[in-house]
Amino acid sequence: MVESPSKRPTLAVFKFASCDGCQLTMLDCERELLAIADRVEIAYFLEARSRTLDGPYDIGLVEGSVTTEHDAERIREIRDQCRTLITIGACATAGGIQSLRNWADIDDFIRQVYASPQYIETLATSTPISDHVKVDFELRGCPIDKRQLVMLITDLLLGKQLRVPRYSVCLECKLKHTVCVAVARGVACLGPVTQAGCGAICPEYARECFGCHGPKESANPVSLARHYQRGQHDPSHLVHLLSNFNAAAPPFRNAAEMLEQNSPLSNEGRS
Amino acid sequence: MASPRIGSWIKIPKERLQQLIDTLASDGYRVVGPRIRDGAIILDDLTDIRQLPAGVVDEQDGGHYRLREDPTAGWFDFVVGPQSLKPFVLPPREPLLQLQRTSETWQTETPEIDDRPVAVLGLRGCDLHALSIMDRVFLEGPYVDPRYEKRRASLFLIGVHCRRAAPTCFCHSLKTGPALPAGFDLGLSELEEHFLLEVGSRRGAAVAARLQGEEPASGEITRARMATRALEQRMHDRPLHGDRRTAGRWLETDHLRDRLLGNLEHPRWSEVAERCLACANCTMVCPTCFCTTVEEVSDLSGDSVTRMRRWESCFTWEHSYTTAGPVHPTTQSRYRQWLTHKLASWHDQFGTSGCVGCGRCITWCPVGIDLTEEVAALGNEVPHA
Ligand code: SF4
Ligand code: SF4
Ligand code: SF4
Ligand code: SF4
Repeated sequence: MVESPSKRPTLAVFKFASCDGCQLTMLDCERELLAIADRVEIAYFLEARSRTLDGPYDIGLVEGSVTTEHDAERIREIRDQCRTLITIGACATAGGIQSLRNWADIDDFIRQVYASPQYIETLATSTPISDHVKVDFELRGCPIDKRQLVMLITDLLLGKQLRVPRYSVCLECKLKHTVCVAVARGVACLGPVTQAGCGAICPEYARECFGCHGPKESANPVSLARHYQRGQHDPSHLVHLLSNFNAAAPPFRNAAEMLEQNSPLSNEGRS
Repeated sequence: MASPRIGSWIKIPKERLQQLIDTLASDGYRVVGPRIRDGAIILDDLTDIRQLPAGVVDEQDGGHYRLREDPTAGWFDFVVGPQSLKPFVLPPREPLLQLQRTSETWQTETPEIDDRPVAVLGLRGCDLHALSIMDRVFLEGPYVDPRYEKRRASLFLIGVHCRRAAPTCFCHSLKTGPALPAGFDLGLSELEEHFLLEVGSRRGAAVAARLQGEEPASGEITRARMATRALEQRMHDRPLHGDRRTAGRWLETDHLRDRLLGNLEHPRWSEVAERCLACANCTMVCPTCFCTTVEEVSDLSGDSVTRMRRWESCFTWEHSYTTAGPVHPTTQSRYRQWLTHKLASWHDQFGTSGCVGCGRCITWCPVGIDLTEEVAALGNEVPHA
């Protein structure tokens, strides 16, 4: 590890286009936060601390997606400054909800949202960090899960291999004996195609999973969407479900496109 | 009062099940039985007979489960729900070992098992068969799992002979139901106003002795048996009517092992893989799927480590992961692993089928993939290997 004045590894947290929710998750680690601060030097984390230290840093955590030319430049500089670069959250790992612009007219959005559109300089797309630089590890979720974050930092500090489960949310449901909302209530749930990590919170509260941890390994949302369609779910509802925080993740995007092509959906389906 | 003999029957008014629950509780058992939670019948703590889903039946089909009231239904005319006995003998997650770093070495500690015995009410023929299969896996091989052994030994099993089957049931094709096999402590049969209790063990006899039962009237035992036999006949007749909605599916077991292992390259595997989500629900609800993995979780300092065991499934990437990558990288090879293990190589490994025909994997598959349909699609030919 790089030598810092305190000999502890240095940690830097950076923000791109995002809502700050993932950084807040870090601050929300109340019980563990002090212990973490004991073991790492928090060198750059504007949301938590006004003092900043210059790089290079041992660990860089990046929240948010790339939506401007300036950010595309900035992430390359950050990459150069960080020994291990980890992206956190759906924005950084998949482009976030703001990636819906990728299939729409960006000028249209700008005109509708901003009073003085002439001051807005932006890219036409919102893209994950890994589209721009090499990323060492991705932690999914909207927002990320606190326990997963603490485990990740623990593994980093202990020099263990970084891992998160790649299986479905369903597996977590079953470990908790949560009754399946898809089978027992006919709700369109994305759990079978979504990566675990959240602890299957939504089904536990009788809600469908809406895919905030993104596609699982070997995800098959096309099959799931077809099945839900046969169960009388409106295709536009399914398109909306697939077009959330991980809308740009290829398996979700492909399934949404399949649904749009096979049904007479107007623009209304996606906006 | 003298204990009734094993194999004898007593008759109790239905409400006296309360006394059964109370008796077991006073003997120190945690009593568990069918209860409704979130739209399904699950196994949960039972203190009062009014918690039982009497008069409720389950509609089950591929990827579909609903409860409804049925004025003609008795107290146990629903069938199996998403849970089986599995979590009671093999918890979904449990710590196996606790490690603490001291200045020179590591101290280890084996976490105690909650040794309160558990009595489970409402088990079906398929459930008891599944338990005996789990016994072969965990107790009768070269390695005995001490945690399984301890939990298993303290189970008190109260079975129910089925009078109704779901369209997903196919126990009759595997001869695992709808009647109870041996192995229960008490076996219930339902009549209009009474339950008949068959005593299956000495433990069962000791409990039955305290229920003030009477001797069944002549013909009542036959009548109870006939209800289950009639159901079995209806399940067998189903293929004749071609209507799977009335009672049960069918799994053709003739040369099943060789039909599967001789058809490893059949195009059907890739067809099912187009529908399969590799979500693992089927293996999680299966009462005999026994795969687990072990993970080590440490605190920030690395000084305190817990070794956890949790259910694992051959549908995950992690299950077959080796340093060279996963042995089963595709959904196609994972589905084939599941089906050929359950229905074919299980015979080689444990001398029995790994499937008891409970239908859980059909009902709780989010896209309703049906193993009986998949097996049928492979054809009846036994290819020459
Ligand atoms: S509720 Fe959703 S996540 Fe849970 S098992 Fe059902 S489909 Fe899977
Ligand atoms: S394979 Fe399916 S039907 Fe057979 S025992 Fe398992 S869950 Fe039941
Ligand atoms: S079918 Fe799969 S999950 Fe079930 S016991 Fe076999 S390998 Fe394990
Ligand atoms: S067969 Fe069904 S339950 Fe099993 S992994 Fe495939 S989709 Fe999931």
